[in-house]
Amino acid sequence: MIYDVLYFAWVRERIGLPKEKVTSDATTVAGLVADLCAREERYAVAFSDISALRVALDQELSTFEAPLDGVREIAFFPPMTGG
Amino acid sequence: MRVIVQEQPFDLAAEVESFAKGRTDLGAVVTFHGIVRGDDTGTLDHMMIEHYPGMTERALTTIAQEAMRRWSLGDVLVLHRFGEMRAGDRIMMVATAARHRKDAFEAAEFLMDYLKSRAPFWKKEYAADGASWVAAKSDDEDALSRW
Repeated sequence: MIYDVLYFAWVRERIGLPKEKVTSDATTVAGLVADLCAREERYAVAFSDISALRVALDQELSTFEAPLDGVREIAFFPPMTGG
Repeated sequence: MRVIVQEQPFDLAAEVESFAKGRTDLGAVVTFHGIVRGDDTGTLDHMMIEHYPGMTERALTTIAQEAMRRWSLGDVLVLHRFGEMRAGDRIMMVATAARHRKDAFEAAEFLMDYLKSRAPFWKKEYAADGASWVAAKSDDEDALSRW
């Protein structure tokens, strides 16, 4: 499957881009993260502590265990600081 | 109900003036606005607020709808800025209108608690000695448990 993967805040800075197309056979978010980390060091650095990260699937907050069935857009970011 | 995400400054007086105007059934309006706070050392030059276009509007709408569901409200306004801001600039505002003040006060607090950690905004502070991302506070996450 091809996904739109988005990065925000320091995740974007560490990976070095805001958005990219990612092709992966992973069935869960965690599987996709493992694929990315295996690609290049900058991904492994950004995802070194996923407890410090949040994920949204098609613009809804989700979890790293969530399945990717039917998902088009995946976003990774640190805990939000609105208000 | 209105949800607004914008880069440019907003006119607080005009928003307050027009909010729930003409509604004779609502006896209470609560408004809150957040301001960029300078740091203790006075070195903050500016702040950049990044957001997730699309998800931001959805998240704010969901939070505002949840407030309307939980409290008896006649109207809700949520307005949040992104982009560059300096100390003293207004970042955001919420307004709630209800028949009685308790609903309006509680709903405004609920909106603020959820905006803090469920709306996709991230703040980066730029000071003379460098830039850093503002870390989320565990207190902010804990604040959600009371609702």
